[in-house]
Amino acid sequence: MATIAGWGRAPTVSAREIRSENLERIVDGLHLSRGLGRSYGDSSLPAPGDGEVVSTTLADRILEFDPETGVMRAESGLSLETLYRLFLPRGWFTPVTPGTQFVTLGGMVASDVHGKNHHSAGTFGAHVRELKLRVADGRVVTCSPTVESALFRATLGGMGLTGHILEVTFQLEHVPSPWIWSESERVPNIDAFIERLKVAGPDWPMTVGWIDCLSKGANMGRGILYKGRWATAAEAPKHPPRPKRRITVPFDFPRFVLGPFSIRTFNTLMFWKHGARARRGIVHPETYFYPLDMFRRWNRMYGRAGLAQHQCVLPQEAGPGAARRFLEVLVRHGGASFLCVIKDCGAEGIGTLSWPRPGISIALDIAVREQTQALIDALNEVVIKEGGRIYMTKDAFTRPEHFRAMEPRLAEFQRVRKLWDPEGRFRSAQSVRLLGDRQRVSAGEPGSPELGARGTGTLSGSRTR
Amino acid sequence: MKVAFLGATKGMGRALARRLAARGDNLFLLGRDLEDLARSAHDLEVRGGFATGSIGNTSCDLERPETFSRALDLAQATMGGLDMVVVTAGLFATQAELEADIGLARRLLTVNFANTVTFCEEARRRLLAKAGGTLCVFSSVAGERGRKPVVLYGAAKAGLSRYLEGLDHKFRAQGLRTICVKPGFVKTGMTEGLKPPPFSGEADAVAAAVVRAIDRGTPIVYAPGIWRVIMFVIRLLPRFVMRKIGF
Repeated sequence: MATIAGWGRAPTVSAREIRSENLERIVDGLHLSRGLGRSYGDSSLPAPGDGEVVSTTLADRILEFDPETGVMRAESGLSLETLYRLFLPRGWFTPVTPGTQFVTLGGMVASDVHGKNHHSAGTFGAHVRELKLRVADGRVVTCSPTVESALFRATLGGMGLTGHILEVTFQLEHVPSPWIWSESERVPNIDAFIERLKVAGPDWPMTVGWIDCLSKGANMGRGILYKGRWATAAEAPKHPPRPKRRITVPFDFPRFVLGPFSIRTFNTLMFWKHGARARRGIVHPETYFYPLDMFRRWNRMYGRAGLAQHQCVLPQEAGPGAARRFLEVLVRHGGASFLCVIKDCGAEGIGTLSWPRPGISIALDIAVREQTQALIDALNEVVIKEGGRIYMTKDAFTRPEHFRAMEPRLAEFQRVRKLWDPEGRFRSAQSVRLLGDRQRVSAGEPGSPELGARGTGTLSGSRTR
Repeated sequence: MKVAFLGATKGMGRALARRLAARGDNLFLLGRDLEDLARSAHDLEVRGGFATGSIGNTSCDLERPETFSRALDLAQATMGGLDMVVVTAGLFATQAELEADIGLARRLLTVNFANTVTFCEEARRRLLAKAGGTLCVFSSVAGERGRKPVVLYGAAKAGLSRYLEGLDHKFRAQGLRTICVKPGFVKTGMTEGLKPPPFSGEADAVAAAVVRAIDRGTPIVYAPGIWRVIMFVIRLLPRFVMRKIGF
């Protein structure tokens, strides 16, 4: 049996991915589907003892596209990479994209993904018209905002726990050109960052910020703010954007490569390299949306122990000081994050567990070490105190009691799940860990997730390649 | 190019059909499951930028030779001609499954050899009647030597490869270009559950190599290309070595 993991590569689990072009046939009796495995933690991993998980990637047919309206119906394994390659040259793009194109439509629904345009376009779920699911009793159910709407809402951001997503019908956005007009500027500290994100919001459909999370004191939270929009036909180059070359990270980097010293150096260079003046101009869409996709298997840079992401949203009600209080805890715990991304979120989506809400989102990439659990715990305590919540798609370390404290919506989600799946057939490693779902065997037996740096600090289990 | 395609819904066939549609070839799909064919036809229409309903399909089952003639006639009539026939369909089972079930073995031998050849004969007649064209058929590296893991499957593919070779020798001068594709291990739904050996390939890479071969009229394509070297060595191995190794 092979070892599979999320993009963070911690935890890992011994399991087999079941693949077929015919999703409807293979999903029978299986407890979870996964797409390209780009969620970071354990949300796409089968629960302990299940040993098998559906992979949707061969079910990638486009079933309908209306060039008048831009509405598309496709099988859930269709990747955003394919969509980007086929449709951007024709003037269409997904209305919401996460930070990588190596995701499937099913995954985008299950995570109810958001992007740089969350403040103006909402989550992907806001653009989904209809879903076809295979639910627990074996029926194939079509749901939408008006038909079986409780199931529809629970499925948006429902981490695949309501049923196997077979087909997705959604709205594509017509773009004036395939290029991006971008402006970027340096920002001196976290308070200025929040202010400038707010000011930029109404004028710019896309905004995002990079933060030097090692800077302290008056400089805390300094960084670079990126604002963007689709370039008009007049601004854009006449030729279409050429596909970017990709480099594969060849092996696991040793620990020191992403140590505090190199992160500090990188952050300082990144901040000073930009220069004090604002930069503006045309940017390649891949460079803009998917800068990390140029490095295939970039998760190897974090070494064998893996990478933990922590992404939380601190609500508007917590006030502008919440982000500073969060960063203070991060800095106090010496949490060196190689990439720290900040973004203001717009209105909450209709998904029952859809993650974003109005406020400030902060995403951290942390190399897994012995102290990672303690760091995540400390960060989560701040999140709870500020009334925020974490993004399940990124998570592998949050404690169930912390999660419950952040998610008053959990009861409604579980109610709908129970209605459609009374026997609790659908589950993942994450739902066993966070939501208290039943599992087949006790942890520690074959097939249970094994965490790298937690406990012994070594990666146990067979790694069959 | 006007292409009748048997097996475009899955695996390497799906990847090849997408590449042909992307470059503007006119396709007509043949297969067993009409609903599945319609879904693939829509997929190819959208990817290729064709109008909805422009890619036709009809039922044609390698297990029922009586369906061949009608299906090819319909393809030809719908497209208003026929320049190429592609066959990627076939049965697959492991050696253990085939040894355990003589009925399954007989079925596989019939479909992958006798019926595939019969289908190719129907296609050949139609192509030659129009002063030639291309017949592109997926055989396998499994037919190169008698090998322990593919005794039965390999025997059928060996027969198919020989037939295609003979066809190429006999009719190339009359304008029939026969292309025999010999994929190595390719990660598709067909090989799902088997452990991929070294040098296993992806369906789309195979499809790219086959499109090149179609353009050039290359009679034999190994894909991924490394399998040309591997099979060269395997063909040279003395019999007593082949008996020892498990490959």
